[in-house]
This record gives sequence, C-alpha cells and structure tokens, in this order.
Amino acid sequence: MYKILRRKQLNDTVVRLDVEAPFIAKKAKAGQFIILRIDERGERMPLTIADTNAEEGSVSIIFQIVGQTTMLLSQMKEGDFLLDFVGPLGAATEFGDIKKACVIGGGVGNAIAYPSAKALFNMGVDVDVIAGFRSKDIVILEDEYKEVCNRLFITTDDGTYGEKGFVTNKLQDLIDAGNNYDLVIAIGPIPMMKFVSKVTEPYNIKTLVSLNPIMIDGTGMCGGCRVTVGGEIKFACVDGPDFDGHQVDYDELMKRNSTYREFEAHDRENCRMYKAADEMGGAK
Amino acid sequence: MPNMSLTKVPMPEQDPNVRNKNFEEVALGYTKEMAMEEATRCINCKNKPCMSGCPVCVRIPEFIAKVAAGEFEEAYKIITSTNGLPAVCGRVCPQENQCEGKCVRGIKGEPVSIGRLERFVADYHMAHSNDDAVKPESNGIKVAVVGAGPAGLTCAGDLAKLGYEVTIFEAFHKAGGVLVYGIPEFRLPKAIVQKEVENLEALGVKVETDMVIGRVLSIDEIMEMGFKAVFIGSGAGLPSFMGIEGEALVGVYSANEYLTRANLMKAYLDDYDTPIIKSKNVAVVGGGNVAMDAARTALRLGAENVYIVYRRGMEELPARGEEVHHAIEEGIIFKTLNNPVKLIGDEDGRVCKMECVEMELGEPDASGRRRPMVIEGSNFQLDVDTVIMSLGTSPNPLIRTTTEGLEANKWGCLVVNEDTLETTRDNVYAGGDAVTGAATVILAMGAGKQAAASIHERLSK
Repeated sequence: MYKILRRKQLNDTVVRLDVEAPFIAKKAKAGQFIILRIDERGERMPLTIADTNAEEGSVSIIFQIVGQTTMLLSQMKEGDFLLDFVGPLGAATEFGDIKKACVIGGGVGNAIAYPSAKALFNMGVDVDVIAGFRSKDIVILEDEYKEVCNRLFITTDDGTYGEKGFVTNKLQDLIDAGNNYDLVIAIGPIPMMKFVSKVTEPYNIKTLVSLNPIMIDGTGMCGGCRVTVGGEIKFACVDGPDFDGHQVDYDELMKRNSTYREFEAHDRENCRMYKAADEMGGAK
Repeated sequence: MPNMSLTKVPMPEQDPNVRNKNFEEVALGYTKEMAMEEATRCINCKNKPCMSGCPVCVRIPEFIAKVAAGEFEEAYKIITSTNGLPAVCGRVCPQENQCEGKCVRGIKGEPVSIGRLERFVADYHMAHSNDDAVKPESNGIKVAVVGAGPAGLTCAGDLAKLGYEVTIFEAFHKAGGVLVYGIPEFRLPKAIVQKEVENLEALGVKVETDMVIGRVLSIDEIMEMGFKAVFIGSGAGLPSFMGIEGEALVGVYSANEYLTRANLMKAYLDDYDTPIIKSKNVAVVGGGNVAMDAARTALRLGAENVYIVYRRGMEELPARGEEVHHAIEEGIIFKTLNNPVKLIGDEDGRVCKMECVEMELGEPDASGRRRPMVIEGSNFQLDVDTVIMSLGTSPNPLIRTTTEGLEANKWGCLVVNEDTLETTRDNVYAGGDAVTGAATVILAMGAGKQAAASIHERLSK
C-alpha cells in the first residue's frame, strides 16, 4: 500500500499527488514512469514520474481526469492509500552531450516535460521551454518551470494567456531567430508531437518524443504498448517511452490508442463512483 | 487383489455446452469413493517407474496406498514432503509425458490416474484441514528469490522449511507468475494458487509485490541488503510476434496480453475496470497450451467463431492431448496446416481479415519434426476481428542487462552450472523458464527444488 502524502488541484481537471514510495524515489530518472492500481478491481494505469523527493521518499504524479480510473484517482485524499505503485519503469531519457535544448510541453504533457527540463537545466544545458495550453484556465507548472529553464514561453491556442498560437509556431519562430538547438524534446498529445517533429526534421535537429500507448504490465511481457519506430516494432514500456520523433508512426499509435474507446465512453457514463452514489441513494 | 480395470475411473466434468460460457473449472475432481477406487488400480510395483518420471520425485506408490486406505491426510504429508504445490501440479502437469507416461499399467490399458489422485488429496486437505503450516526456527540467513512463479515459490518453500529467512520479489501485484496471469480460471482456480501462497507465508516467506528487479533494485543491491544468495526465477515472459504485415492493427494481441487482461485483471467480470475486446471471429495463431487457453477464453468471452491456426497437423500440436480434446468439445475450430502471411485492416486500423496459406509436411528437420512447406497459390482469407499471437515466449532481458557478469546464451536464457544451478555470478542461482526457455510448471518447480538444495549446501558449510 502506498500512502498519498499531498494532493494539489492544478486546474479544473488536472491533479498532482505526492505518493510515498521510497525505493522508487531513490531510483527514478527523467523519462521514467510508474504503473498504479487504485484498488482490487482497478486497472493498471501508467503515469510519468513528474518529480521525486529522495529525502522524503516521495514520487509525484500529475494527471488529467479523462476516464474512470483518473476520476477515482482524483477523488483520493491525503492519507488515503493506493493499492499498487510500481516503478521506476521504462528507460531513462538519454539526453546526450548537448549545449542548447528546447523542451516543449502540450497541456498535461507539461507534467512529463517538466522533469526533462529540470534534468537538462541541472546538467548545465541552456534550456528554453515552450509550454502550450488550449486556454488560460488550464495553465499549469508556470512557477515550477521558471526555476528550471533559461527562458519560458507560454502559448495558448486562444490567446487568453502568453502568446497566441500553437507550440509549433513558437518553435518555428525561435529557430528562424537563429537559436541553434542540439535537442528538442516534445511531450503532449500525439498530433502535437507529430507536428513538432515535422518542424525540426528539415533542420536535422535531434527530436525526442515520449509516447503514451496503452499499457498493462509495463515490464515487457505483453507487447500491448508496441509502436512502430523506424519500421521496427518496439515495446514502449522497455525500449521507450522516449523515441526519435522523426521515426515514429504516429497515425498507427493514434489508432491503437482508440482500441477501447467504446468501453471507455461507457465507463465514463457508468463510473463506479456514480454507481456507488446511486446505490446509497445519492444523485449523479 | 488390485483392481485390474484397464481404464481410469472417469472424472466428472462440466458439460461442454455449459462450460464454454462460464469461467468455472471444467474438471470437477474425484469424490472420495472415486479416488479410493482409482487408487486400488496401482499395483505398487517394485521399480516405481512413475517416480522417475516426476521432476520433484513425489513418492507416488506410497501416497496412493494411503488414498486406497482412506488415509488422505497421510497421503498429503507424503506428497508435500517433496512437492509444495500439489493442487496446482495435479491439475496442470502433462502427466502423460511424466509420471503417468511411465506407469506399468499404461503398457496394457490406461495408466493409473496419478494427477487426479494428487489433485484429490490436495483439494481434500484444503477443504478439511485446519492445521496451519508452522514456521520453522530461523537460522538467521537471508535469501532472496526473484519472481513468484512456480520455480520461485518452490525454491522459497524449500528454503523456508530449512530455516532460511526468504523474501520473494515479484514484479506483478499478485504472486503466482503464469499460474495467475497465464493459466485461466477454468483450468486452475485462482483461489487455489492464493491458498498455496498463503501456505508459504505461514512458513515465514515474505512476498514483496510491485518490485521489478532490474529497475527498482539490481541484483547487486539485493546482495548489499544482506541477502547471502539470490535465486532468479523470472521466467520467460517476452512474447514473440511473427513479423508479418498488419501485426500492429487494433485487435491483434499477444496471448500474454490477452490472458493477462482476462485472468490477472479479470476483464471477464463486469465490475473490474480492465477492458478486453468483445470479439465475434477470433483467430489464435499457434498450437501449444497457451494457444488452447487463449482460444477457450475467447469463446467464454462470447466469440461466435474461434479458430486455432497452426502450421503443422493435428498430430503435431504441442498442446496436451486433454486440452485439445476439451477445446474440440467446446467448439473451437482447428485450422491446421494453415499459416498466416498477412493481416488486413479496415479504414479505422482494426483487423478485419487474415490472409493464410495452406501447408504440407515435408521431410523431418533437425528437430525431428516434419517441416511445414507452403503450398504455392493456396492463399485464402479468413474474416476475423481479433487475432491472438501465441507463438511462444523468451526470457525478459531486464535482469541480465542490468547485472554485470550474468551470462546468457543466444536465446537470452541464463547460463547455469547444471549440477548446482549457480549462474556465472557467485551465489546467484537461476532456474525454470529463465534458464530453459518456456517449458512446464513442474520442470520449473524441479529447478526451484534443485536450487534450494544447492543454496543450502553452499550456505550451511
């Protein structure tokens, strides 16, 4: 059992939990993830490690409420326990020997981009961050980012905060302005990672993306998370989750991620949290 | 005067047309009377060839004599003096190639049903006995076991009985390995596995779940924590794919994923959160026990047509005869001498057809099996919405790639000294599928036993 030490609501649908898991806190590196299970009936769900505190023995996860499991997770309080919390899983990000990097996060993907920015900044790399959001009310991690980069650019699709536009517009501007990046890291929705990779490809800028396929075990024993990279089948849970952005088959990944769409939609409407409330005579 | 009946006392089973819609156990087990009658078929022969066929050397004629006399608890003691998981072995061992394959009664007629008797004794004990296992006095020496499958559980049990302080590190959230994620409920009820694990815990064995060795702790760090020896029983859980076009389509599973969803995550139960595809037409590629398990699971999840697609013939199926027989009874369709060459998807990227070729068997190859050869121009398409690849598995590289000096062969299997099961690292032992590649539950248990004996010999010097 793994105790929830702190809970913080980052915006309407994004929550941060700090979980007591000393072994993982000691070992985790940027790019790695955990798999959690809330209770006996729960599914195994992967989440990237957003931060660790080795002294306290805690691991932070940040997630958006999108379905039944994240909804149940968002209802958990400080002092509650998660049944299972496994990690650190996946290969740590290999940054290579670089001087200047641009870290790009899209929406809740910023929770995954943040530890990479932090790791690079602590290595002495010149780090630009582009954090993209749909709109002002869902901006997260602004203060945290400021601590771990040289320049922070926030974009919103609707222009309600920061610069109006997509992260790709900003990246193109920065490249056009003569910023010679050795590495671009893009983490967010699949189309965003695909289009960032398209921007960097003509300039031959090494681009890493963090993929988010469906997973069960997270240890390489089922292949549910397989993705095609450079024409070869890879298991994201052991070979990744980071891959060369110019080699990934994004369209295939998007299709595979829709495998259980009907089931998930049914689940959202019939979340067992609501059911329990119904049984107790509560209203939806 | 022994019972000279040429046939085994039959075991009651659920009706095929009832059981193919539920996940309850197919074989219902002997009653007391049936067990005692079957036990009298053993002639207690001098050479006991049955025992030489058992990888953990259960004293078979002795326990059967106790069953014949109605002394079931005595029989249980005899079995468990060498076998820690009798309720499991009695159900899933391929007895026809092991103990029963050597039984002299099998020369003329059917062999004594050793597996069913072992199962009966174990089930009887579980239903009737209240004696908990007693924790032996500790010798203060710590030993770590990596992996809570049949090899690790057996090794841990044997060491605990000798007084060692044993900790098992398991990557999944439940102990049991393939017994919980692979073999379905209808062949091996999970409550039985749970009970066997509880028996171990009563002996003082600690089971630490959610511990992926190679990630959260390395073998070296385990040694630094004061463990004097480590046994690696991490199995062979890495699935193979065919490498044909279309394997990344939605609806294409490895058997490991399909069975893990169904068994470990209980996707077949409505109130569990893990989803599984609701299929109409399922093709399972492969002919082993895992393929049979996947096919029979798909049928129970409501599929209308379930095909086993296998490149050799019915005679060559590697699955146990009994499982093939059960699958046929339940309505699985065998498309043998067929091999997939391509999977075809619809515009949403979901698999909708499987293109196969017909095969014929040629001359025997190096392994002694007749080589399947493609009949040119025999291509045809099968309508499918789910494909389950059951082509075998190999050892997961996680431990060997994170432990310096731990050697593996070209198939990724750990290299060990055959007599002691010690790896190329001092005081690190290995056994089961991690060493042999995918094999049987009982061979893994035999290896766990052998490693426990070696560890004891080394550490008690």
